[in-house]
Amino acid sequence: MRVVSIISIFAGLVILLAIGLRLNPREVPSPLVGKPAPAFELPLLHAPDKSFSQKDMLGQVWILNVWASWCPPCLVEHPVVTELARTGPAPVVGLNYKDAREDALPWLARNGDPYAFSVFDASGRIGIDYGVYGVPETYVIDRRGVIRYKHIGPLTPEVARGRLQPLVKELSGG
Amino acid sequence: MARFSVLLSMISFFTMMVLFGTAAAAEDPALDKRVTGLAHELRCLVCQNQTLADSNAPLAVDLRREIRSQLAAGASEQDVIDFMVARYGDFVLYRPPFKATTVFLWMGPFLFLIAGTWLLLRRVKRQQRPEPQLSEADRRRAAKLLE
Repeated sequence: MRVVSIISIFAGLVILLAIGLRLNPREVPSPLVGKPAPAFELPLLHAPDKSFSQKDMLGQVWILNVWASWCPPCLVEHPVVTELARTGPAPVVGLNYKDAREDALPWLARNGDPYAFSVFDASGRIGIDYGVYGVPETYVIDRRGVIRYKHIGPLTPEVARGRLQPLVKELSGG
Repeated sequence: MARFSVLLSMISFFTMMVLFGTAAAAEDPALDKRVTGLAHELRCLVCQNQTLADSNAPLAVDLRREIRSQLAAGASEQDVIDFMVARYGDFVLYRPPFKATTVFLWMGPFLFLIAGTWLLLRRVKRQQRPEPQLSEADRRRAAKLLE
């Protein structure tokens, strides 16, 4: 009886720890999923005189990828973003976050520019509205302008192929 | 002498600049206090075990500025908290609200306390067994052994 209860307590702890170790405390569930994408009107990175608003994308599924030239994980995920944009189930728009044009433009020239275009959020104010806290972050936004998925941290090929692409296809098909 | 007066005017100039600078920073001590008070209640998302007040991560600096400008524009403490929760979720709060997803968080310690008390009581009770009663035969045997 005693042995059984000690073993069951031990097994319980092992299960709790196993679950706990698999959780990623950096991934804070976003309250924005299921809500309309916050409104913004920002200049384009390449053309400061032109601007883009999230409203311009109503009617189509699109992906918003937050990046910056000062962010090493952005460089890590760059091939994945490039691949995602190339196989393109949906246009990938870049949100260049708290960056400087003289850093961001050479970064794209060096590493390739997978984005349909990037918007320029120098102050990071729009980033705050999107709940950005760990660049890079990626959002899938549906035809009605509602955020359907958010990924925090660098995109992996598994997430891109396993989550983003199927979701975009499903949203575009329906 | 001329050199001395130049030096003196430079010193007074810099003193004035310093005084003016501090005055500008502490323009509104009441607002500063409210900003700091709120920043102590909110979690920095980048360095998760620090409050916004303690962290110097760029995002924490931005969010403190955001808190300040919202309070200065007349927002209440609750407005700012709602603003943060809408963007970052309950996780930003150092005092999470009591709701379905946080029931175990709030009640867990009390459950453990109750379970622990129950186990302790059970153990104590078990140790308080009545003293074994000796039969007349046992008593005689014991007396014989002690002789």
